[in-house]
Amino acid sequence: MIKKKDVLLKIRDLKIQGYSDETWVDIIKGVDLTLHRGEVMGLIGESGAGKSTIGAACMGYARDGTRIVDSSIEFDGMELTTATEADRRMLRGSRIAYVAQSAAASFNPAHKIIDQHTEAPLQYRLKKRLEAQEDAMELYEKLRLPNPQEIGFRYPHQVSGGQLQRAMTAMAMSCRPDLIIFDEPTTALDVTTQIEVLAAIRDIVDEYNTAAIYITHDLAVVAQMADTIKVLLKGEEVEEAPTKEMLDNPQEDYTKSLWAVRSFESPQRHRPTDGTPPLISVKNVDASYTGGEKVLDDVSFDIYEGMTVAVVGESGSGKSTTARVITGLLPPSKGEVLFKGEPFPQDYRSRTKDQLRQCQMIYQMADTALNPKVRISEIIGRPAAFYSGLKGVALKNRVDELLDLIELEPSQYYNRYPPELSGGQKQRIGIARALAAEPTFIVCDEVTSALDQLVAEGILRLLDRLQNELNLAYMFITHDLATVRSIADEVVVMQHGKVVEQGPKDDMFTPPHHPYTDLLLSSVPEMDPDWLTTLLEERGVDNVGDAATARIDPNDPKVSGTNA
Amino acid sequence: MGDILGLVAKRLGLGLIILLVISLIIFFMVELLPGDIAQAVLGQGATPENLAALRKEMGLDQPAIIRYLDWLAGAVTLDFGNSIVTGTSVAETIGTRFANTLFLATYAAAIAVPISIVLGVIVALLRNSIFDRVANVATLTSISSPEFFLGYILILYLAVKTGMFPAIASLSADMTFGELLHRTFLPALTLVLVVTAHMMRMTRAAIINLLASPYIEMARLKGTPPWKVIVRHALPNAWAPIINVVALNLAYLITGVVLVEVVFVYPGIGQALVDAVSKRDFPVVQACCLIFAATFILLNLAADVGAILTNPRLRHPK
Repeated sequence: MIKKKDVLLKIRDLKIQGYSDETWVDIIKGVDLTLHRGEVMGLIGESGAGKSTIGAACMGYARDGTRIVDSSIEFDGMELTTATEADRRMLRGSRIAYVAQSAAASFNPAHKIIDQHTEAPLQYRLKKRLEAQEDAMELYEKLRLPNPQEIGFRYPHQVSGGQLQRAMTAMAMSCRPDLIIFDEPTTALDVTTQIEVLAAIRDIVDEYNTAAIYITHDLAVVAQMADTIKVLLKGEEVEEAPTKEMLDNPQEDYTKSLWAVRSFESPQRHRPTDGTPPLISVKNVDASYTGGEKVLDDVSFDIYEGMTVAVVGESGSGKSTTARVITGLLPPSKGEVLFKGEPFPQDYRSRTKDQLRQCQMIYQMADTALNPKVRISEIIGRPAAFYSGLKGVALKNRVDELLDLIELEPSQYYNRYPPELSGGQKQRIGIARALAAEPTFIVCDEVTSALDQLVAEGILRLLDRLQNELNLAYMFITHDLATVRSIADEVVVMQHGKVVEQGPKDDMFTPPHHPYTDLLLSSVPEMDPDWLTTLLEERGVDNVGDAATARIDPNDPKVSGTNA
Repeated sequence: MGDILGLVAKRLGLGLIILLVISLIIFFMVELLPGDIAQAVLGQGATPENLAALRKEMGLDQPAIIRYLDWLAGAVTLDFGNSIVTGTSVAETIGTRFANTLFLATYAAAIAVPISIVLGVIVALLRNSIFDRVANVATLTSISSPEFFLGYILILYLAVKTGMFPAIASLSADMTFGELLHRTFLPALTLVLVVTAHMMRMTRAAIINLLASPYIEMARLKGTPPWKVIVRHALPNAWAPIINVVALNLAYLITGVVLVEVVFVYPGIGQALVDAVSKRDFPVVQACCLIFAATFILLNLAADVGAILTNPRLRHPK
């Protein structure tokens, strides 16, 4: 796989320190890295492993509040740590380029895409403006962007996320660099869009024989992209090996544990057959935000006591809006929500305290969902006091009990504040807060998508245990089908505000499917390094992502048949 | 673009309503002031018959609401009645005064706005350097000193000791534009010193606020030189707060210049207001207040529209 043997980038004993609490703390503790021309190396690890920091260091760049100490970073014979800032800057954009995680945030909203694209070639006087623009259009075409002649003259907010990410890859290519750093380029994208971007990146890197460092936390993605994989843990290297070898035969325990993550699967439960009404029943609901278009269109599904319904679909398909309708935050414009067969008031303000306690929420970003200035005891204690009227010792006992339930030692966490906790612990506090109301139903809105796989797995296991102990029903909003596989009992697939397919999990994962479900399922990357190649051969490069979504035939019997 | 016109129309309408409320407040506040206008005009020796006659002549025997409506109807056509003291038309007296104030404000703004924004960009670029600190201390000192003090210092050094500029900014009709600029330089400079700090610091803060954005890091990682990162990538996204502060300061240049006008004996509207208050010349006071209110409303409207025009998301909808 490695095309040429010359060394392009040689990093020895990389140490990077970050400034926190008035001292310098080691973030990267002596990592070595050797990258040859045309080689693609995957850097993989959990968040906090230092992947992005190493990526930036490859450009001789230390983010604000960090510094590179006693290391050697040699790019094509030039030592970056001792070079002047001006010399280092001359490499950036021209010989080493960067593709950021969120293209939407990394394109300047004030300038047209093509003007940002041509900035580096003009800066380095490699091309005249018109030549640079023509080159940009050529690259847009290679990356299969729609309307390559015209798309660059739009502003970033006028272009979709997947297209922006490809435009950013094109921008990185503008000076034909020797090395591109890809920093989680597809993490923020939907699975169907991800494929387009992956295919585009792989082709263009291949075509220009560009070396690349591909940073991600998704093993299946890195398996498609990289020649070699380097696993990182807390600023140190765990192991490095060629992709196939690493997948087939990981040496270290940590790597093995990463590989094993997707193993958890809770046994499937089934609806009661004795005719008890569903706990929550969404009936023919339409909804829209003030003055806007219809976001939900005739949505109906049931959630039975003690069961988990996963609602899947791309961003913008109406998953979270449905949750807002059920919880009463957004009264529907048509249709109704039933609770145990009785109509549930549409607006949360007209619900009684007992109705309110029945459905609680756990949010995606535990960071922003918990008030950083309030103690854990109060965060969990407040709903317990509000709904159950507990006071004094009884309240403290209840909080202790809840902390026990979420597997955190009460005496240790009772008086702490959210910023002192890790991401997974914060999410546990979010769960405890929901449980404090003693609900029968919890909406879990992308609760694991901001977490690392190992931590996410812990949260899923906890949710599953709580469900069995407390007979809870979950509405599990997610775009991650691996999560669906491990925790759902039933699945609802949504697209453009409509339910396109629903049924028990086992049925949903066996064909035949609605074409959209099929597209979603087949777009989830698998660990097999040939997965992307095979998929593209089967489907054709022009039939993935948006194009494939658009190609779904509305007259297909499965399409019109499911909602009836 | 149609959306923006609609928005401007809506804001203008709202501005008119606010102005109407303010006119009510102004009129009835003046009404609440103790003392009798007729008495004030005629002095201690006036006979009851004279007082009654004057009251009738000035319409003071009418109920307040009728007089308010009369006044409002006049104000809409820019007729603010006659001055009690001089008997001349208020619009005429204030008109030239207001033109003078506008001239001085424009003069000061033409110097202060570009200087503050350029300085703001430079200190953002050289943040935490010696230059940044010196600029900060200097502008803060000038904003913290009272205006009359600054004015007298300038007079002492630039007029009395060196004689470069005249100390008194009295105007006459036959002056050339160059002479006019020379003569009013000191009051303009005083105003510049007063408003620069605020605008400069806001420019600096608005830019530095954006430096942590991913698109700024992207620009750096594209090899963009530091000055270009600030000017091309940060500044275009920082306009909204800067424009707001500029508008506030422009309003201040028009409505807050009384002290400077007094120090330099400049015939502006601020002086006219102070004179009118001390002489109980209520029609002039009311007219001045209404003009000030209108200035604030218009400039804030301009700032809102400016902020919208600099936001590409609003300028180029999907």
